[in-house]
Amino acid sequence: MSVGDPATHRAIEAVWRIESARIVAGLARMTRDVGLAEELAQEALVAALEKWPESGVPDKPGAWLMAAAKNRALDHYRHRKMAETKHEEIASEAEEGFMPDFDANLEDDIGDDLLRLIFTACHPVLSTEARAALTLKLLCGLATHEIARAFLVPEPTIAQRIVRAKRTLAEARVPFEVPRGDELAARLASVLEVIYLVFNEGYSATAGEDWIRPGLCEDALRLGRILAELAPHEPEVLGLLALMEIQASRLRARTSPSGEPILLMDQDRSRWDQLLVRRGLAALERAESLGGALGPYALQAAIAACHARAHVPAETDWKRIVALYDALAQLMPSPVVELNRAVAVAMAFGPSEGLALVDALTSETALRGYHLLPSVRGDLLEKLGRLDEARGEFERAAALTRNAREIRLLLDRAAALRSGLRVVK
Amino acid sequence: MMVVIPKGYEKAKPGAMPDAKLVAEMSKYNESLQKAGVLLSMEGLHPPSMGARVSFAGGKPKVTDGPFTESKEVIGGFWIIQVKSKAEAIEWAKRCPMPDDEIVEVRQVAEFEDFPEDVQKAASNEPALRAQLEKKAKKR
Repeated sequence: MSVGDPATHRAIEAVWRIESARIVAGLARMTRDVGLAEELAQEALVAALEKWPESGVPDKPGAWLMAAAKNRALDHYRHRKMAETKHEEIASEAEEGFMPDFDANLEDDIGDDLLRLIFTACHPVLSTEARAALTLKLLCGLATHEIARAFLVPEPTIAQRIVRAKRTLAEARVPFEVPRGDELAARLASVLEVIYLVFNEGYSATAGEDWIRPGLCEDALRLGRILAELAPHEPEVLGLLALMEIQASRLRARTSPSGEPILLMDQDRSRWDQLLVRRGLAALERAESLGGALGPYALQAAIAACHARAHVPAETDWKRIVALYDALAQLMPSPVVELNRAVAVAMAFGPSEGLALVDALTSETALRGYHLLPSVRGDLLEKLGRLDEARGEFERAAALTRNAREIRLLLDRAAALRSGLRVVK
Repeated sequence: MMVVIPKGYEKAKPGAMPDAKLVAEMSKYNESLQKAGVLLSMEGLHPPSMGARVSFAGGKPKVTDGPFTESKEVIGGFWIIQVKSKAEAIEWAKRCPMPDDEIVEVRQVAEFEDFPEDVQKAASNEPALRAQLEKKAKKR
């Protein structure tokens, strides 16, 4: 890797970000082997890093990279053929005869190839973590060290995760295709889960000093936007996109200049990104226009949209939010949804109504260890003037979270109650 | 943001449009931005001959109808794209199907955080505005 020319290096990184998914997808179609496709693409990148600092960035950098990858693929198959000829007896006919068609026009259905690549990288045979790492690597062109940094995991862990994921896909003989019929819904859910996991990892970092890691949000949004182009008739794809656009519109308002988290109701709404709000509302409208009942992502987007439409917290249509949570709870029964519903009920009908619902959730084993339960309970108790109990709940919540900034926020609220000062909202 | 500066647009007649071939190429390019998930929004602008300028010589507004023949480079349109780096924006700009001698300028949209604290404070009329809206909401 040349270090002499940072401008070329940055240009190569930019080209890679734009081209890598298409190159890997095209190679995967030709070789029917996603792992091999990724390695060939990496070799092409290494070649570019060697050559371009001297030759300059070529006019059609994508085509250059693809040609370089194809050359390496040809070498790979020649070597394999030679090795197989040596072991003539054990080489199967089919294997021996397989030579991918490297001249097929790649541009023809690159969209289909990308879609196949997304479905393969997010295949349920892989763990969610493996799917996320592989997706960032194959679809977003992130380097292993970038993925490791994003997830706050040591680089070798991610490298291992990706190697194993590729091996698992090969061993399970996962075909490079878009699932059809009955299988499609479940497989699509698996894709959407991965994209939203990446988004959330960025949006509300689960551990460490930073509350938000916007890089991951951007990657997830980009994936969501790409997917919405590839599958424009899938309401849940549009629903997830709408949800992410609206949530991302608040990124700048979610932290104070010193990095402290600011909760939704306390945010400076003039700092919400109205371009992203509009994009989110438009995506939601498209999802709704496709007909049928809203799925879980579209429902969550519709809830986010209620907040997005309110210029000030007092304008929020909490009754509609309660109704949307009712629908969501039916579709996706979960204590976390119930907790959110309780918050909405408290806002729509008063804190004591909300507290009754929250109290019913305290025995949920699934919520044991979930910091938002005592945090919400504390908030409602505070509103009802039960300050001592509220303080205890904030302290309990602080002990349950690993995010340093969130801990500070919760302890500040507890301390304010102890000193007899209520945090004025 | 990518800003287009078409050649001679400062002198273009009202209603002047690029030719169909260029429009076709441009739509293909726009589609590539959209499919890559980087395009947030875009607009094309009518020529300055259809616009007007409000200048503030001596602090007083003075209106001049277009065209403004003295200007050399005028904006023809823009794309707002979301990318990781300036290098990536440049890479997209290089792919724009522009006719000979025309320009695509890459500019970064300023974020609130880019301003110093005193400017941030000045930019935020938020507390007053918020109080006003809260009041309005409660009346309903």
